[in-house]
Amino acid sequence: MGFLQNKFFIIALTVAVFYGARLLQQRTGKSWGNPILISIVVLISFLKITGVSYDTYYEGGKIIDFWLQPTIVALGVPLFEQLKAIRQRLWPILLSQVAGCVFGIVACVYVAKLCGASEAIILSLAAKSVTMPIAIEVTNTLGGIPALTAAIVVFVGLFGNLVGFGLLKLFGVGDAKAQGLSLGAASHALGTARAWERGKIWGTYASLGIILSGIVTAVLAPLLIRVIM
Amino acid sequence: MIKQLFVILSCLALGHLVVWAAGIDFPGSIIGMLLMAAGLQMGIIKLDSVKEASDALISNMALFFVPNGVALMLYFDIIKSEFWPIVIATLVSTLVVLAATGWTYQLVRRIRLNRVLKMRRLQQSNR
Repeated sequence: MGFLQNKFFIIALTVAVFYGARLLQQRTGKSWGNPILISIVVLISFLKITGVSYDTYYEGGKIIDFWLQPTIVALGVPLFEQLKAIRQRLWPILLSQVAGCVFGIVACVYVAKLCGASEAIILSLAAKSVTMPIAIEVTNTLGGIPALTAAIVVFVGLFGNLVGFGLLKLFGVGDAKAQGLSLGAASHALGTARAWERGKIWGTYASLGIILSGIVTAVLAPLLIRVIM
Repeated sequence: MIKQLFVILSCLALGHLVVWAAGIDFPGSIIGMLLMAAGLQMGIIKLDSVKEASDALISNMALFFVPNGVALMLYFDIIKSEFWPIVIATLVSTLVVLAATGWTYQLVRRIRLNRVLKMRRLQQSNR
């Protein structure tokens, strides 16, 4: 069964599983059928059944993993395209992102501590709201477990996608731009996908929320964690 | 395509260079993203020379998360033993992020609108 450990096989398998999962979602149109989630479950099951270790899997996986960082750089393009929108409402946008980031991290750390979570877990949770590549980088910087962050980021995204609009209505957030920013800041690409379904204003501001909350979190999370841990 | 990759990878390498030179603990990729946005804004980088590759990366980014997610299999024990703290902290703080972001935006926006209205009224009464 030596071929199962071949890194080209592993790369092809990962892409194939992801492609299949994405097709499945496009066919069914269900947001719980998140392709990342399905791919992770299928691949872990495959490794458990065949007995291939994660270290062996990662020999191929790291080639795919490599593209996360260029993708963060690519996010600079939509950031540039939205600079005009940011400049028009600079203070409300900026302050709302800082508030969301600070209160979110503080709440996360204290609630986790209160529930008796260990330090490794708390450090992995801090960056959970922001877009996956940035969350993983920030968790690396903080010294948490990136894999755990990755799983929670997907979970948070699904949560925001499914109930985000309902909760915002409940909280009295009715402004379309505020709703978009909140969804992007709290539940990244999955919340933003839901925002685009509602309309262009929501979608544009949610996209803004993703990028800005990512930047703000990357800057503030290490400082905040040092103060409150 | 090669040119587009060259621009993106150069921004990434520059970002890492900045982190290394400044001796700070910060993701070089995020500096790279800011350099990309700044380069486009200042006209050093043309939108045409990065648009296609960056769209391709962004629209497929979900795939690049998968290997990180598969690493979850190494942490089943921790997750099992701390399942509820993880779930509760995640849900509570997600609610907090939604509310804090939305409320702050609406509050600051209202304060600024009021200020604009007051200025207009002052200008009218001066006439």
